[in-house]
Amino acid sequence: MTMSKRLLALSVGLASIFTAWASADTLTIATVNNGDMIRMQRLAVEFTRQYPEIELRWVTLEENLLRQRVTVDVATQGGQYDVMTVGNYEVPIWAAQNWLVPLEDLGEDFASDDLLPAIADSLSYEGKLYAAPFYAESALTMYRTDLFEQAGLTMPKHPTWSFIREAAERITDRDNGMYGICLRGKAGWGENMAFVSSLAHSWGGRWFDMNWQPQLQSTAWRDAVSFYVGLLREYGPPGASTNGFNENLALFQGGKCGIWIDASVAASFVSDPRQSSVHDRVDFALFPSRVQVQNHGNWLWAWSFAIPAASQNIDAAKRFVAWATGKSYLRLVAAESGWADAPPGTRQSLYASAEYQQAAPFADIVLQAIEAADTHSPSVLETPYVGGNFVSIAPYQGIGTVVGQQLSAAVAGQITTREALANAQYVAEREMARARYID
Amino acid sequence: MASIHSRATARLMLSPAVILLLVWMAAPLVMTLWYSLHDYQLLMPRGNPFLGLENYAYFLSDPGFLQSIGNTFMLVMGVLLITVVCGVGLALLLDQPMYGRGVVRVLVVAPFFVMPTVSALVWKNMFMNPVNGLFAWMAQMFGADAIDWLAQVPLLSLTLIVAWGWLPFATLILLTALQSLDTEQKEAAEMDGANAWARFLHITLPHLSRAITVVILIQTIFLLSLFAEIFVTTNGGPGTQSSNLAYLVYSHALLRFDVGSASAGGVIAVVAANILALLLMRLVGKSLEV
Amino acid sequence: MTARATDRQRKLAFTFVAWAVATLIFFPILWTVLTSFKTEADAVAIPPKFLFFDWTTDNYAEVWERTDYLRHFRNSVIISLGSSLIGLCIAIPAAWALAFSPTRRTRGVLMWMLSTKMLPAVGVLVPIYLLFKRAGLLDTRTGLVIVLMLSNLPIMVWMLFTYFKEIPRDILEAARMDGATPGRELLHILTPMALPGIASTLLLNVILAWNESFWTLNLTAASTGPLTAFIASFSAPEGLFYAKLSAASTLAIAPIVILGWLSQKQLVRGLTFGAVK
Repeated sequence: MTMSKRLLALSVGLASIFTAWASADTLTIATVNNGDMIRMQRLAVEFTRQYPEIELRWVTLEENLLRQRVTVDVATQGGQYDVMTVGNYEVPIWAAQNWLVPLEDLGEDFASDDLLPAIADSLSYEGKLYAAPFYAESALTMYRTDLFEQAGLTMPKHPTWSFIREAAERITDRDNGMYGICLRGKAGWGENMAFVSSLAHSWGGRWFDMNWQPQLQSTAWRDAVSFYVGLLREYGPPGASTNGFNENLALFQGGKCGIWIDASVAASFVSDPRQSSVHDRVDFALFPSRVQVQNHGNWLWAWSFAIPAASQNIDAAKRFVAWATGKSYLRLVAAESGWADAPPGTRQSLYASAEYQQAAPFADIVLQAIEAADTHSPSVLETPYVGGNFVSIAPYQGIGTVVGQQLSAAVAGQITTREALANAQYVAEREMARARYID
Repeated sequence: MASIHSRATARLMLSPAVILLLVWMAAPLVMTLWYSLHDYQLLMPRGNPFLGLENYAYFLSDPGFLQSIGNTFMLVMGVLLITVVCGVGLALLLDQPMYGRGVVRVLVVAPFFVMPTVSALVWKNMFMNPVNGLFAWMAQMFGADAIDWLAQVPLLSLTLIVAWGWLPFATLILLTALQSLDTEQKEAAEMDGANAWARFLHITLPHLSRAITVVILIQTIFLLSLFAEIFVTTNGGPGTQSSNLAYLVYSHALLRFDVGSASAGGVIAVVAANILALLLMRLVGKSLEV
Repeated sequence: MTARATDRQRKLAFTFVAWAVATLIFFPILWTVLTSFKTEADAVAIPPKFLFFDWTTDNYAEVWERTDYLRHFRNSVIISLGSSLIGLCIAIPAAWALAFSPTRRTRGVLMWMLSTKMLPAVGVLVPIYLLFKRAGLLDTRTGLVIVLMLSNLPIMVWMLFTYFKEIPRDILEAARMDGATPGRELLHILTPMALPGIASTLLLNVILAWNESFWTLNLTAASTGPLTAFIASFSAPEGLFYAKLSAASTLAIAPIVILGWLSQKQLVRGLTFGAVK
């Protein structure tokens, strides 16, 4: 008994030594393991040169793991991180709980009025900015010009879903490993559901009616989802039900997809000769819509840095955030690897710059897509929520996760679309009741 | 005198472990029980009002619940079946005279040392991937369509991945047991004219029964809370076709951030584990003289 | 003569079969190591390239540059060794008591200990997280050592218990007659005799702790993440990543696989869990 007590005392003592030693001016930064973030980690030597007294420590994780780690930490005020990489889904919800530090006075280089209004708006709560966007994206249709030419097709600037289907059919050549369409099929509210939400919105559907009743068995959803499942099953690559953004990027870069509809940030990766075998044979169009419904899905996502209220180093953290998302960071990236690699989608000045326009042929269409995304009215129908590729309410993560699993199973051919949507509706009602939105 | 004295000492020596484990069990368990009766959703803090049994009802009525129980059972049984059958075979093989037995053993044991997350990543990407994986290439060589392992047969794929990691463990224990088998006994049987199969059935297998029990017990303990492999490869999917109880609890705790229902799930898992422990105790009690 | 010839033939046949099976089992590891020396393009080439490709160490250079491998490695060593050593200090007396002063409840105690390992860790994550936060143990090696020690303690106690059970009791009786105190009993008689069992327990637990990936990922941040956290940052980056993933995987598993190989004899000697009679 005494032995265990002593041991506990000893360990608590030891623990306090460790934690005291780790604080001071050390910033712990949680980031997602994508290319732009990894480049930023490399360029951070520049930050250390400017602020030698601040030591940076990175926690680099895959998206799902990152989300669960930072959410648990911020909700329990664990204080393990000083800077967290989050999206515009989390920011308003967390800010409403006072879990985040408002980002005022980030300095001149940050110039908050230079941010694209749609982006800044999505990261604000009650008029205050709670996260600084690192890069932002809407969604685009990316396609192979050579294959379109061969098939005698011309991509319109505003493609319709029926055109996409026709084109995918003409391009698919399974025997030679060529698939007409690549789309996200991997379950997750940030994976397949980002696409399906936008698709359903562009189809004229909505997640909830004005009384928060889930609408997943409405005609618009049923048609949109059958279209999606059918398209992937007929013209998609094998294993589509486990393909997320990364897998599709690899497929498209490897020349296996004719059309890929996904986040606009991919535009620079697929046109980069260093990593893409099809860089000189790609072009872009807007996210498809229907003739009857003028809605391009309203996909808007911004990977951003936020500072949790439990951080012990708020001032140093602000300095880092201002550096990583400021104007001069864009120039730093441009100097290192060219303007085309500058984190896209956040600043008006970037799109106004002639150098960027020249280096990034996709600049205009990306800007157009971002500006077209109206998250306040995601559907042609009236909605009680803000969103587009997601719904900005706390229970959405749970709902999106389960609905995503169901649709992924439908893409895998394990259940029918009808079954998937029936299950999805049941789960959505269950979760909304649990969250006290409905009875 | 001596025995009273030594009994007291024994209690003293045992107490640190028991007390520590009690604290380790009890503190989180008490908290878990408390949360399981209250409303605690990380993203919707509402001051933790008392909910009664709503969390339990919510967890038990999860559409994936029954499937997760079934999957937990299937995964444990599947891996046990493969590791025990192949383990006996491998142990018998390694017990034969051969050249370079040391190297062979080194090769066979290696998977046991590999981190489950690494093995899951390697299997998922480099073998079972339907486009770039080795299996897909092999299927093509034989003119067959590539199987999308993790989508079409998720539970089987997981069973194979996990069994690969545990096979060495089973082999090692069985081999050690096999080597302790009396050669005289074997030779005597040989003299009697019993053929190899009969010798295996009537001498070797009974001798191995204890070792097999041990393998089953230890692996069951680890397999019941199998999680990393599922998380890395299938994320419980497609749908919930490869979710086990641990993964279902995870999806409540860290995908929905619903601590209340996850706690209820945790309590349910503890109850299930204890029932199983009682069953295993019977099983082990018979063949192990504890 | 003929008998000898068939003996040799048999031996050759067994050698062939055993090597084939062993290679098959080992192949995923071999393939990972090979892939780690390929370029990303070669890594997904069809047909796959087995040995004839441009060998490169670029992947290692990139992994090395991107992450602080040595820090993760050091954390893994400290956490797995620390938890196993402290665990031994607690498990040896407990197993000793259970083995040599058995009561009616011994079996119950053992099974209860084992059952603590059966509940899903994720069910108690939030409680543990909150406790750790209060104790200041989040992202500390001490915290991880405590958690891993406790979660492996049941296995340690049981493994040692089965080993101790096999020590002939008359030796102990003799020592007691000579007036040895239990402490001396433990140090001078038990320990030397049980050394293989203890060594094997230690090794098994180092391996288990090294490969534990739930607590080590969820209770650490930047400073104390072990190699499991290191590998988590490579799981699915953008674009082609098989070669880099292989390099990172090789780096993560190499130390423990090598340790396992080197100490295989010790590991096996005690790894019986009472299965051998």
